[in-house]
Amino acid sequence: MKRSNAPIFWLLFGAGGMLSALLGAMLVFITGIAVPLGWPLHGELMSYPRMLGFAQHWLGKGFVFVVIMLFAWHAAHRILCSLHDIGIHKGPAAKAACYGAAVVVTAVAGANLFRLGF
Amino acid sequence: MQGWWRRDPFFVRYMVREATAVAVLVYAVVLTVGAVRLAQGEAAWNGWLAALRSPGSVLLHVVLLVAMVVHAKSWFEIMPKTMPMIVIGGRRLSATTITRSGWAAAVIASIALFAWAAWWRA
Amino acid sequence: MAESKTVEIQVLRYRPEQDDKPVWQSYAVPFTDDMSVLQGLQHIKDELDGTLSFRWSCRMAICGSCGMMVSGKPKLSCQTFLRDLLPGPVRIEALAHFPIERDLVVSVGEFVKKLEGIKPYLIPKVPRTLAEGEYLQTPAQVEQFEQYSSCINCMLCYSACPQYGLDPDFTGPGVLALLHRYNADSRDGGREQRMEVLNAQEGVWSCTAVGYCSEVCPKHVDPANAVNQNKVNSARDYFLRFLSPKRDSS
Repeated sequence: MKRSNAPIFWLLFGAGGMLSALLGAMLVFITGIAVPLGWPLHGELMSYPRMLGFAQHWLGKGFVFVVIMLFAWHAAHRILCSLHDIGIHKGPAAKAACYGAAVVVTAVAGANLFRLGF
Repeated sequence: MQGWWRRDPFFVRYMVREATAVAVLVYAVVLTVGAVRLAQGEAAWNGWLAALRSPGSVLLHVVLLVAMVVHAKSWFEIMPKTMPMIVIGGRRLSATTITRSGWAAAVIASIALFAWAAWWRA
Repeated sequence: MAESKTVEIQVLRYRPEQDDKPVWQSYAVPFTDDMSVLQGLQHIKDELDGTLSFRWSCRMAICGSCGMMVSGKPKLSCQTFLRDLLPGPVRIEALAHFPIERDLVVSVGEFVKKLEGIKPYLIPKVPRTLAEGEYLQTPAQVEQFEQYSSCINCMLCYSACPQYGLDPDFTGPGVLALLHRYNADSRDGGREQRMEVLNAQEGVWSCTAVGYCSEVCPKHVDPANAVNQNKVNSARDYFLRFLSPKRDSS
């Protein structure tokens, strides 16, 4: 029986799943609800100078990149498997669409975070 | 096998669990757009902030928030199935204990993140 | 003085010599509160329609013969009671995801082949003679594999598993649980020989942790746990195989 390459994608799926389970809700709340509404966090929390400083620091840059990357690869693998569940075979087209999207997201995020400098 | 998952509530819950991945992807894309806007400079970033303040965006994030919670709940419920048998002091670590530990870690991590955001001085 | 209650039992019939496809047939079965679905079927065969075919043996949920779909759920008919299915009709079909040979009898050949493929027997770590006596195991060592050894090969988990339904090449929950039963036994040294099955797409990697297999298992084997904990083992094998030449079992 041929060895499957699934472990690579499954480990990324697992890491992304764990990270999003631990922090996903709070991240969405902070960045998408609390700060934009100005409550219960300060609306200035995501001002340009603060965000630039955050993303230029290696910790901030690294954190944002890891979140984006792991969330994207977790979602790509799970969506590929769900497509299989509703009858769309895990062929080259489906894999290219799902993992390809994760590659694009990772690359765009990585390039722009890098562009911001240190 | 068509529509197999509609035939039992157990399978419907499974598909809902799997569907939370769409929310995780959407949020990753939102963060990526943010990174792009930040790299484009202050004007672009302020435009992005204005977009985040729109009712549509806040509503989207409420939906994403619900999905993230559903994801966390189902993740910690399935977590015991992925672990080998652990025996501590002669007693087997139960699935409930493992699930609760996962939730505890999520609550602690989330509070820590919120606290950091609330008290962060740039 | 006791009135005779009856319940309608509908059975999906299939006799290859006369039916092009399965067809529902309905029976009015008198029953008492202690009767199992199996007893209902036995009444049909003994009194109403001798042509009905179904497997059964122990009547006590240990032989694994009487698995079938009862009102859409995989069950052992000897362990399912008519009183819980009232007011009826009780709909009985052959176990889902398997080819039907006749009426409620499904083809088990592929399952048996998969079971044989995982070497379901103790493979000694080192050769051992009778003179050396029996293996000794602590209760803790027994606990590691005992629940997985409860599998009675009833195949309800295969009917429950949507991934098996979508891809019959999947080794499946029951066989993988038995694979784990042997790997987890301290007397066994055959783990490496079983890795090829685990590592294949048809091994653990077809599983998406639906978990319904463990829900339906009549012996509480928890095959979902057996399969999913071995994803870690398979992943470890995938990445560490380059460290030691003899590890590569691909």
